[in-house]
Amino acid sequence: MSADLIALAYLVAAVFFILALKGLSSPLSARRGNLFGMVGMTIAVGTTLTITQNWTLILGCIAIGAIIGSIVAQRVQMTAMPELVAFMHSLVGLAAVFIAIAAVNNPVSFGLPEMLPAGSKLELFLGTFIGAMTWSGSVIAFLKLSGRMSGAPVVFTGQHMINLTLALVMIGFGLWFFFSEMTNWSAFIVMTTIAFLLGFLIIIPIGGADMPVVISMLNSYSGWAAAGIGFSLGNPMLIIAGSLVGSSGAILSYIMCKAMNRPFLSVILGGFGSEGSSQAAGDGTQKTYRSGSAEDAAFLMSNADSVIIVPGYGLAVARAQHAVNELAEVLHEKGANVRFAIHPVAGRMPGHMNVLLAEAEIPYEQVLEMEEINSDFSNTDVVLVLGANDVVNPAANVPGSPIYGMPILEAHKARTVIVVKRSMAAGYAGLDNDLFYMDKTMMVFGDAKKVVEDMVKAVNT
Amino acid sequence: MIGEIDPTIIHLTVFVLAVFVGYHVVWNVTPALHTPLMSVTNAISSIILVGAMLAAGPAETDWGVWLGGAAVVLASINVFGGFLVTQRMLEMFRKKDKKGSA
Repeated sequence: MSADLIALAYLVAAVFFILALKGLSSPLSARRGNLFGMVGMTIAVGTTLTITQNWTLILGCIAIGAIIGSIVAQRVQMTAMPELVAFMHSLVGLAAVFIAIAAVNNPVSFGLPEMLPAGSKLELFLGTFIGAMTWSGSVIAFLKLSGRMSGAPVVFTGQHMINLTLALVMIGFGLWFFFSEMTNWSAFIVMTTIAFLLGFLIIIPIGGADMPVVISMLNSYSGWAAAGIGFSLGNPMLIIAGSLVGSSGAILSYIMCKAMNRPFLSVILGGFGSEGSSQAAGDGTQKTYRSGSAEDAAFLMSNADSVIIVPGYGLAVARAQHAVNELAEVLHEKGANVRFAIHPVAGRMPGHMNVLLAEAEIPYEQVLEMEEINSDFSNTDVVLVLGANDVVNPAANVPGSPIYGMPILEAHKARTVIVVKRSMAAGYAGLDNDLFYMDKTMMVFGDAKKVVEDMVKAVNT
Repeated sequence: MIGEIDPTIIHLTVFVLAVFVGYHVVWNVTPALHTPLMSVTNAISSIILVGAMLAAGPAETDWGVWLGGAAVVLASINVFGGFLVTQRMLEMFRKKDKKGSA
């Protein structure tokens, strides 16, 4: 194929990628969108094949990746989506580093001049260091999300100074690589190693509660890494696809930060949500709460006209999605209007709770976002809070509280509140929740799945 | 035009415009589909598969080619894993669609 034809085919592929994202504006068009994405990728790969010679190696490697990827996609649990996404980000990062190293080794195979021009060197430097940081950062995120590493922030003195120094040293070696006339491998290797190290160091101080931001941010990085490689290779399609992903991840990070009312910078600097935080102590006075059984709660709900269920990550941990669907159905049969209220940071990644409820076959029309449902709480008979805590904490309305200003689901405005929780322990933010001590609140202690199953039985009798 | 434009400038133009397109398209994504959005963008960012293929492309096999091959494996895992898991998730949103309208 001529260079012009190839460029045009790449343009078509890029348009398909844009259409893929556009499809996600509604669940109805989303599957077609995903299909567009696959078509775009097929065009891009097919076109690239025509300008490569090593077909056996390339097709063999694609086959290996296809088998691994398909198995992973089939087997992964929906609760484990955040880990899977973090794992996949790490692959993009590592692949970007490999490509950059290969490009430094043999620029001609990428259509670059034998002696790398300064511009290409700069772009390779950018692609490599973003890729390397994406890889190591995602590995840490993966370990934290999958519970293989404690979610607690790792903080030590001088942390930010060390990171800053390392970043400057890395840029120094990058400049050395940039200004060297010959290919300066030592500078390149040192720079890449520091970038890997920085990825680790930047993610370890960030606590479990901030993971939705981290995972969106790494999503963004993986896109910028692809765009960086696109600049190095002078390939507009890579630049377009990478920028789409980069801006998507950036927007998601912004939405997550806003939903937690946390400045992006403070999330990145980390240290939030330490276990055993002193704020949990509260004012020291013993507050009383009312606890009841699953049967008591079921009685309240079966007499209600309107029920809003607020699911949190505790529901996913207890794998109670299917039991919740049953509960919603039996309550619906009793004549109650049952709806679900989703806080943007419910779960461990953006939109995670929606997927979990969809998996349990809960109709998506019943699942509402915070802005859509918040004004309805005051007219609601019963709110059932399942494994959520900080997202319904009225302390967000109290100036001076650490979560002041965070948008919350206004569960406290409902006539009756039922909270299912394992114990009175504080949530991720380490804060006590006044909602639990209100006169209209009933606490039901136990494993979410067990409690919800008991509720279903009780409603049915 | 005064002289020839540096290709990097053209690429920068493409980049800036693509960021704008991405910005507008992504704000229209419904929050309920943010997880599928992440998995599909993951698959799309594996477009670096193209770069990996070029690295693995030359007929003379040296270590750079093998490194390219490794990158092809990594990126392909993402392409297939990303699109397939997105499809799996979106199927779940469909089932409810039928049930909801029934």
